Amino acid sequence: MPDLVLKGKAIKLGDNISTDDIIPGRFAHLRSNLPELAKHVLEDTAPEFASKVEPGDFLVAGKNLGLGSSREHAPVVIKMSGVGAILAKSAARIFFRNAINQGLPVLLCDTDKIGDGDKLEISLTGGTIANLTSGTILDFGKMPPIMSAILEEGGLIPYIQKHKDFVITRSS
Amino acid sequence: MSVGKTLAEKILSLKSHGEAKAGEVVIADVDLAFVQDTTGPLTVRQFKESGFEALAKPQQAIIFLDHAAPSPAQQLSNDHILLRRFAEETGCRIYEVGDGICHQLVAENFANPGDIIVGADSHTVTAGALGAFATGMGSSDVAVALALGKTWLRVPESFLIELNGVFPRGVYAKDLILYLIGQIGADGATYKALEFGGDALAQITMPERLTIANMAVEAGAKVGLFPGDKITQDFLMEYGRGENYKPLYPDAEANYEQVIPVNLDQLEPMLSLPHAVDNVRPVTRVKGVKIQQAFVGTCTNGRLEDLAVAAEILKGKKRHLGTRLLIAPASRQVLIQAMEIGYIQSLVEAGAIILPPGCAACLGLHQGVLGDGEICISTANRNFKGRMGNPEAMVYLASPATATASAIRGEITDPRGFM
Repeated sequence: MPDLVLKGKAIKLGDNISTDDIIPGRFAHLRSNLPELAKHVLEDTAPEFASKVEPGDFLVAGKNLGLGSSREHAPVVIKMSGVGAILAKSAARIFFRNAINQGLPVLLCDTDKIGDGDKLEISLTGGTIANLTSGTILDFGKMPPIMSAILEEGGLIPYIQKHKDFVITRSS
Repeated sequence: MSVGKTLAEKILSLKSHGEAKAGEVVIADVDLAFVQDTTGPLTVRQFKESGFEALAKPQQAIIFLDHAAPSPAQQLSNDHILLRRFAEETGCRIYEVGDGICHQLVAENFANPGDIIVGADSHTVTAGALGAFATGMGSSDVAVALALGKTWLRVPESFLIELNGVFPRGVYAKDLILYLIGQIGADGATYKALEFGGDALAQITMPERLTIANMAVEAGAKVGLFPGDKITQDFLMEYGRGENYKPLYPDAEANYEQVIPVNLDQLEPMLSLPHAVDNVRPVTRVKGVKIQQAFVGTCTNGRLEDLAVAAEILKGKKRHLGTRLLIAPASRQVLIQAMEIGYIQSLVEAGAIILPPGCAACLGLHQGVLGDGEICISTANRNFKGRMGNPEAMVYLASPATATASAIRGEITDPRGFM
């Protein structure tokens, strides 16, 4: 289960970071060896990312993060790099769902208000992001209750191990 | 408030046994769940970690070995072994190396109007051409769908794409969908359904619909849906499952978030420029760019009709000596038909390289990886940086006609000069 309060620094990326950017298709032969695969995270697009990221840091992107392939390995390698949560203006739907299924929060907010290296403190339950560097507070959008429930259990597999089924009330 | 339903609402109401309205979350029965060889191994591991042993519906579960086919690396060969073993253990279906691309085989053999299809591949949307609510998911979601026979879905709002007119000579379904993605943008339809309608539908064939639905995801859409109509019925009958046909149309009073009219008469050959699918321009504004490789194939444009266009344009001609021309039929059946009609003979004589049915060069794993600074014109659906195996290379997306004409000249070429 993710911590209710997350702290770390922002590592900023641009718009339209595809799953091919996050983990290129040419490394498909490493997909059954996740520690090796994870060494190539964002290698073509942001080669400095892997050395900058420290446990608990935030990947902060622009719009349409994770467009493209359904490869769940994209959020997997981001999580393995130590990232505690992803912040973006918008995210492609399969990537969004995959990240939540991996227990990795994706918070949609105005990431223009966050600079590279800014120190952030995020209250997952409170729905706010405190930018300690700039002294501002940002809100992030709510996700459907089914996704919050999956995230609270730490991902889809722990959720299913616990509930053996999807448990929702029929409403948005 | 409108009481009519969109196609998406209709299918999800039926499959969730209730009233599904845009914006709600429903649990829906899954008619077909599948994985391919680069997403399947993680699905198998997630399935086992969940503690599941049996599939809910083994005959409605499929493994496709198409992305690394035949395998270029020992690790991928071992992934294939893992998947074959899972098929043996669970009794699910498996399509082997050389059988073809998952989405083509789903269209040929499985998809029906009103079905819910989830695949661990983003181009699962292809089956929307047959009126199936077909959408891509990750390995974990498909693992759970395999185990439970159902999934959760947020009912999408729909955009109506209203098609009128007829394709001019040299302009194809690929040009239409590239144009549309250019208009909507790569995230313009995120979380939405694209629903295709309008008077032109009666003339838009199933292969063309498959090309169009295939790329709905490149505008961010969750599904690209065509109605179930006479063309759907004829296709199902041709493929021996006419009894699965049921008419499927949106209600007249359905509520659309946007209506986007497109007059096919006004279209021209289009291209997606590197490195974004929505970076769309008419071919006339880009022609002359030198290419080292042309690739006709994939789940977007590897069907018999696409090979026919290539063979027709190449008749009596050769590919440019500086351009490798790769052709990958989308399925074994496409290859057999293309051999029977003589397309393969013509293509090989024109200097083409025939690749085995499968994803081939599309995703940069094998069979046509680009060198530094090389440019490929491809009939695939993605041109992201690094897509064809090299971040120093560039990919332009086009119709089979434009790709083939370009292969003859060795540079990006308007196909209308070859007709």
